[in-house]
Amino acid sequence: MEEGKKPLLVVKDLKQYFKINKRFMVKAVDGVSFEVFPGETYGLVGESGSGKSTIGRSIIRLYQPTAGEVDFNGVKISGRLTSEQTKHLRVKMQMIFQDPMACLNPRKKVLDIIAQGLDIHHLYSSQKEREEKVYKILNMVGLSKEHANRYPHQFSGGQRQRIGIARALIMNPDLIIADEAISALDVSIQAQVVNLMKEIQKQTGTAIMFIAHDLSMVKYISDRIGVLHLGHLVETGTTEEIFNNPIHPYTKSLLSAIPHPNPKVEKDRIAISYDYTTSGIDYRLGTKHHVEGEHYVLGTEEEITRWREGD
Amino acid sequence: MEKEKVLSIKDLSISFQTSAGEVNAIRGVNLDLYKGETIAIVGESGSGKSVTVKAIMGILSGNGRINSGTIDFMYHRGEEEVHEDLLKLSKKEMCHRIKGKRIAMVFQDPMTSLNPTMTIGNQIMEGMRYHFKTPKQEAHEKAIKLLELVGITEPQKRMKNYPHQLSGGMRQRVVIAIALACDPEILICDEPTTALDVTIQAKILELIKEIQEKTNISVIYITHDLGVVAKVADYVGVMYAGKIVEKGLINEIFYDPKHPYTWGLLSAMPDLDTNDELLYTIPGSPPNLLNKIEGDAFAERNQYALNIDHRVEPPLFKVTDTHYAATWLLHENAPDIQMPMELKNRIYRMLGEVE
Repeated sequence: MEEGKKPLLVVKDLKQYFKINKRFMVKAVDGVSFEVFPGETYGLVGESGSGKSTIGRSIIRLYQPTAGEVDFNGVKISGRLTSEQTKHLRVKMQMIFQDPMACLNPRKKVLDIIAQGLDIHHLYSSQKEREEKVYKILNMVGLSKEHANRYPHQFSGGQRQRIGIARALIMNPDLIIADEAISALDVSIQAQVVNLMKEIQKQTGTAIMFIAHDLSMVKYISDRIGVLHLGHLVETGTTEEIFNNPIHPYTKSLLSAIPHPNPKVEKDRIAISYDYTTSGIDYRLGTKHHVEGEHYVLGTEEEITRWREGD
Repeated sequence: MEKEKVLSIKDLSISFQTSAGEVNAIRGVNLDLYKGETIAIVGESGSGKSVTVKAIMGILSGNGRINSGTIDFMYHRGEEEVHEDLLKLSKKEMCHRIKGKRIAMVFQDPMTSLNPTMTIGNQIMEGMRYHFKTPKQEAHEKAIKLLELVGITEPQKRMKNYPHQLSGGMRQRVVIAIALACDPEILICDEPTTALDVTIQAKILELIKEIQEKTNISVIYITHDLGVVAKVADYVGVMYAGKIVEKGLINEIFYDPKHPYTWGLLSAMPDLDTNDELLYTIPGSPPNLLNKIEGDAFAERNQYALNIDHRVEPPLFKVTDTHYAATWLLHENAPDIQMPMELKNRIYRMLGEVE
């Protein structure tokens, strides 16, 4: 990322706690800070329960964040929102969900599903314009005009996810949060959807926050990656920095867990395992350390020297 | 030493009656499984991988009908060698003699395959108590041993836990322990790690391999992740539209694939070592099996399709003694078409990695 570029989204010390009962509180996200620049793809990876989906949902305000500041396009979108701020957020930030069947209303036609955002924000002057806008978007995601009058159940999984993407795109957003958008799809279809998202990003310049647990896909689509574990951002950097020079032991174990499609190598390889409870690392003690370029690691001074010498 | 054939599927064909008509889900599958080996079946969803193993287990859904074929299962009862056609057994016989006892299965989602109202200890013991009338004390001890085997700490305490008290990875370990409880000859794993994270996936795969080394069990592995296949399999069958289009030893499939569909699958894998702009995709989508398929089912999506592919279905051509592929490209009169350059380079690079 070149110097002086203004970030599109700034997340500062975001915390999201869920109160289970009087005595027990889940700290799903515990002080996470990162930035997303216009037109880039930021990948958030981590195992289930690491808080990656929660971050996405807190930012778009599906949850009420416990603490922390979020700036989007220079507008503060954390804390109490005015109707002006809400509108800005709801138009310019869109979300694509994981399960393409569950997130589309089964009783509505595709045309109405996609146009719903336009309806709510009164973004057209005539029925004809509304339809045309939808057709244009359908075309962009690789579906045709005829598909507009069908219902979600008439589509395959990959096509449904395209509808989900179309629905997000029609608002012309600055940022799309894709929450495990391809996890529910078949491998060959995954590649199609990933290619589509890349293509669309090239055309529209939308920034994408790509939340996933599949590192090989994240590598393909992301410019920068953030690695989450137990609600802490343990390492962040450009894709090359993370893949070529991982420093945090959790990142290393995550990278080594990806099965290589090469039988001669894979047969005898054993993945590095990492156990937080026995590793003696306390994420709360660590601070963000700069390694090089965009590369930051969470840890104490002493830990980081140890990890770096480990290579 | 001569390898022992444990399971042999011959010419299996299955169709389902649906409101839209008859769907030919499996159209003539031949497959052999040897003792102590792992076979992986790969393919897209809807290619019939799960239906094949469900037929082995005798758990096809009610509208399924077996049109032809045999599934020959060989096992030892004491010293004596027994051969049985699983498709000829009644439901009751399957339940009593085969299911869970000699052939066990691990399903995709560990949350839905465990009983939420039973402790995991009881669930592991259930099979032994049913099939072998094992006394409770003995079953309990064995269950603890199994939990240790699958790498669960403090098995004594865990025996009394319910599934919801365990994490996803632990639950799948419990499911594997249940499957192994009766010392089966064959373990079928239907996408056992799809619902799990990569880190846990690696551990479960290593676990299954370890168990296989210890007990010399045969494993059928269903997956769509070729990385997983590379890790576990000895032998690979590639399925497309209800047929096995290519089968062979793992090295033959990965380093010398012959079928255009296998080329596509291998090319579509995201490769961590290259920085291509776009991922390769196989164009189009799988055919609808409601309609009768003429010629090669893959011809529509195949950029290397020959004229004959649209008219006549290719037979399985022999490449080596272990490697077969169903594509007309292997016919002696076919034009010389090689796999795409990118894939060739990639295989070349993969072979280079070994040194």
